[in-house]
Amino acid sequence: MLIKRAADIKSSEITPHQHFVNRRSFIRTASLAGTGMLIGTGCSEAEDQAAQAPVTPTVDTRTDLLPNSLEDITSYNNFYEFGLDKGDPAKYSKNFEPRPWSVTVDGEADVTGTFDYDAIVGPHTIEERIYRLRCVEAWSMIVPWNGIPLGDLLKRFRPNSRAKYVAFETVVRPSQMPGQRRGVLDFPYVEGLTIEEAMHPLTLMVTGVYGIDLPNQNGAPLRLIVPWKYGFKSIKSIVRISFTETEPPTTWSLAAPSEYGFYANVNPEVDHPRWSQASERVIGSGLFGKRQPTLMFNGYAEQVASLYTGLDLRRNF
Amino acid sequence: MPSRSQVSIQASTCVETSRGCRFLVSQRAINRFWKPVVFVACLVPLAVLMLRISMIAQFTLGPNPIEAIQDQLGIWGLRFIMLTLAMTPLRYAIGQAWPIRFRRMFGLFAFTYCSLHFLNYLVLDHRFDFPAIIEDITDRTFITIGFTALLALIPLAITSTNNWRRKLGRKWVTLHKLVYGIGAATCWHFFASAKKDLTEPLAYIAILTVLLGARIMHDARKSRVPAA
Repeated sequence: MLIKRAADIKSSEITPHQHFVNRRSFIRTASLAGTGMLIGTGCSEAEDQAAQAPVTPTVDTRTDLLPNSLEDITSYNNFYEFGLDKGDPAKYSKNFEPRPWSVTVDGEADVTGTFDYDAIVGPHTIEERIYRLRCVEAWSMIVPWNGIPLGDLLKRFRPNSRAKYVAFETVVRPSQMPGQRRGVLDFPYVEGLTIEEAMHPLTLMVTGVYGIDLPNQNGAPLRLIVPWKYGFKSIKSIVRISFTETEPPTTWSLAAPSEYGFYANVNPEVDHPRWSQASERVIGSGLFGKRQPTLMFNGYAEQVASLYTGLDLRRNF
Repeated sequence: MPSRSQVSIQASTCVETSRGCRFLVSQRAINRFWKPVVFVACLVPLAVLMLRISMIAQFTLGPNPIEAIQDQLGIWGLRFIMLTLAMTPLRYAIGQAWPIRFRRMFGLFAFTYCSLHFLNYLVLDHRFDFPAIIEDITDRTFITIGFTALLALIPLAITSTNNWRRKLGRKWVTLHKLVYGIGAATCWHFFASAKKDLTEPLAYIAILTVLLGARIMHDARKSRVPAA
């Protein structure tokens, strides 16, 4: 079945070509200067250039978000199923087969069963959403995702009144996912959202990036994106969606309950026990890129803060 | 700890055993040949890092170059601390004095890499954002430990010269025992900074345990010998 695309935006429209050109030459100059600096000479010229170069978005409105390159997005991320290093997913995901694919839907819903990829995605129009991505490790990117609003998808299964949460599960394929052969995390990776979070219009079931099918290392063929939460909430390569009455277990809060909670909302005021969450390193900004202040709910406070009225965000981290 | 005369006895034993050995580890060969060679070798990790930074920046250091620099400088700082700590057990193991002659150089390289590790954090990563840095040092245990270890390296680096050694006499030996604490603190710093996979930090903790164990066993044996 042909996948419909909302407004065929070419990636060349999203990221103007000259930005890439400028970016490369900037990085080269800056880095050469950087070598000088490390051995003790000044770098004022490079600093001046850094201020002018259009490397990272400086204005923080949604329309002005300038996406990272496809190379940044596809070569630097966490996906422990393929290895622990952030370069590992790109290196070790080549043998992963994202098709055929099916997703099992179960729990508190009228429509349950196992559906293949086309049955899941087919009836929807694929939209493009340029979102900030903030990793709990204090780095960030801007990514032009393609996907469908999760709420639209979930409504088709007609969750009942007992469906208070939605749980998700990643595929287990040790033969194609070398990271799963090491016991660093308990696989399958599991994640969950409250039903309100899952139904929020910002929450996306992602099928692609930059107009191409989702690469294996980014969670092919179906992954979640919850842009106001730390990246680990946005579970990849989803094979199960369950509607539940109670809060489902989530992998990182099982692995390190004092460091990662169920909510994991981006919050500059609540630090990780081992590092500050007040600022973040912008991927792609090079050697002289400045850390930028982290925004409450990753800049989506206006849209999502009302989901958490009355909730102690420090306790429910 | 053996005195200077013991060391020279061990060295001369070596001279008697083989001609090749005499040539390779004679004081002259060490000073004129091995020390410069080892010095250059110790600079290789730094040179490789510079090359990765300068040539085709983003490609070889990846999309997060500052993090890559931080990790590389840190791991080499730790490796040089381990190398420094390995020289005395190596001397016991092979019964020759020459490893000790490289101990100061490794120690100073440990100090160099650890300092650059901190400088990268201070300058490139945090751009002298002192409130954030002070918060890190006071509130986050693994940074407190790492920073303390770096501070402890400073007096060792300063007093590493022959002059200082002579001036301090026995106190010098006591002062430089700090390096054991620094080794343990550095391993702890690495261990506590790891997100989930502890394989590599545990490997360094194992190496440290072996190195310290070898020393303790040697000292215990030595203290038994005169009594027997």
